[in-house]
Amino acid sequence: MTQGVMVIAEQRDGEIRKASYEAVSEGKRLADKMGWKVTAVLLGQNIKDKAAKLGHFGADRVMVADDAKLAAYTTDAYVAAIADIVKAEDPAVLIMGASVQGKDLAARLSARLGVGMAQDCTALSVDNGNLTAIRPVYAGKAYAKVGFSDRRPHIATTRPNVMVMNQPDSSKSPEIADAALSLDDGALKTRVVEVLRDTSGKVDLTEADKIVSGGRGMKGPENFNILEDLAAAIGASVGASRSAVDAGWRPHVDQVGQTGKVVSPNLYIACGISGAIQHLAGMSTSKVIVAINKDPDAPIFQRADYGVVDDLFKVVPAFTEEVKKIAH
Amino acid sequence: MNIIVCLKQVPDTESQIKVAPDAKNIVKDDLKWVMNPYDEFGVEEALRIKEKFGGEVTVIGLGPKRVTESIRTALAMGADKGMLISDPALDGSDALATAKALAAAVKGLPYDMIFTGQRGIDDDNGIVGTALAEYLGIPHMAIIVKVEVSQDGKSVKCNRPVEGQTLVIESSLPALITAQKGLNEPRYASLPGIMKAKKKPLEEKTLAALGLNPADFGEGARNLKVLELTPPPARKAGKIVPGDTPEDKAKELARLLHEEAKII
Repeated sequence: MTQGVMVIAEQRDGEIRKASYEAVSEGKRLADKMGWKVTAVLLGQNIKDKAAKLGHFGADRVMVADDAKLAAYTTDAYVAAIADIVKAEDPAVLIMGASVQGKDLAARLSARLGVGMAQDCTALSVDNGNLTAIRPVYAGKAYAKVGFSDRRPHIATTRPNVMVMNQPDSSKSPEIADAALSLDDGALKTRVVEVLRDTSGKVDLTEADKIVSGGRGMKGPENFNILEDLAAAIGASVGASRSAVDAGWRPHVDQVGQTGKVVSPNLYIACGISGAIQHLAGMSTSKVIVAINKDPDAPIFQRADYGVVDDLFKVVPAFTEEVKKIAH
Repeated sequence: MNIIVCLKQVPDTESQIKVAPDAKNIVKDDLKWVMNPYDEFGVEEALRIKEKFGGEVTVIGLGPKRVTESIRTALAMGADKGMLISDPALDGSDALATAKALAAAVKGLPYDMIFTGQRGIDDDNGIVGTALAEYLGIPHMAIIVKVEVSQDGKSVKCNRPVEGQTLVIESSLPALITAQKGLNEPRYASLPGIMKAKKKPLEEKTLAALGLNPADFGEGARNLKVLELTPPPARKAGKIVPGDTPEDKAKELARLLHEEAKII
């Protein structure tokens, strides 16, 4: 019988990612409403000892798919494994974090299973067993409430940093089971041949708790050091507007906006960013927005919780010093 | 090397998006329609590979007649042939149905590689390219910033940035690649290119011509249904941080974030 919530967990080098705990937490809330169980699925190699932790966040049961072919994520191996598990378990709802991997997996899985999928959702609810989701479209210039056809499971990915994470309860121990796997080598066409690690230690913008972002007002790549200093003082990642990226001041991976990353940090500090609509689209779900810009008419001030109208080259270093004082 | 690029037409990034009175669609009048920015990277990459290996680049668009403009843009950049899939029954189709129509069109063509953008900047779903690969039974690599085709033209290596690292993925061909910003700098169409594009073949196909049943498309066939479209939630009015000097303002900002917002 079709029932229950299944959550696909994501691990990297054996560490389960925060977006997965958020997805399990949200899955638990949906399941509680329906009187359902939450089954988490953990895929990888030699990861079984990590499974219990998913129970601390609300999984009643964890299915472990442990196989050398699943050691590194490839779409073809993961989709094949999960499609088999879904067919055997018949969940009503299938969710995962909207990381790069989660979004890729959910997209191909929805095509494989022929079911609807809502990407990058900011809210989920379930009524009579049917999932509805809120998802920003046009990079947040509009919000769509979406529902699903009768085909199951209903699939959704949850935007990182949005779903409230449950307090982990280490007294809970989930039932842990091995998933039956039948991965056909011949069907696996892609493989990861190399992993280029970013050694900067910077948290990806989509996962960052705080972001300090610079735009055209930074006047040149050499001035981003004041943002780096502020970021170091408050534990933030540095982002950039499209104009700063297109000018070659910052790499593409730093771009926030409609053609860059859509971010939801707890604190977003926009420095020298006027607030073009395509930029606002990418950061408007941030919880607290600060804008520092000398132009009082800059559109960014209409979105900011706190606006500082002044020369950023004077405000930012002084602010960094003030923050350091508070920290001590 | 025969390459297919699928493209979508979307409202320009500077567009104000207004919700229509039916609360399910956007107001489409007065919008400036452009080729989806991520698809441009796909067109450019296809042209570069063709320049190295020879072969043809075919561009497929889907949607109303206006999509022809974006196909012509790709032809002016240097693509060889265009196809528009246009049918009133496609209106309101979801990502999976769109991918099915594209798959039917692609199946009639020779191809080694397919490019799409990593997502449309309208629906922000990122499903169509991936689903197209699924329906064709070929592998895909999504959100790619570097493509290296092997000398023998039988395999490809792609760089895929994920949070905090970049994966180098190898795949046999044929394969589908979804393009991410950073892959290349798309060229502008030259004037001679624009003149030539007017004479390049651009055929139009209906669902029936692709052997598809119109009943499997459109609003009624959606697996994901839009129940309601709303403007984004309004943010409460913010405050301008007071102070006589930049230093005063900096100090007050730090105090507000610490004591009021409790964020630092």
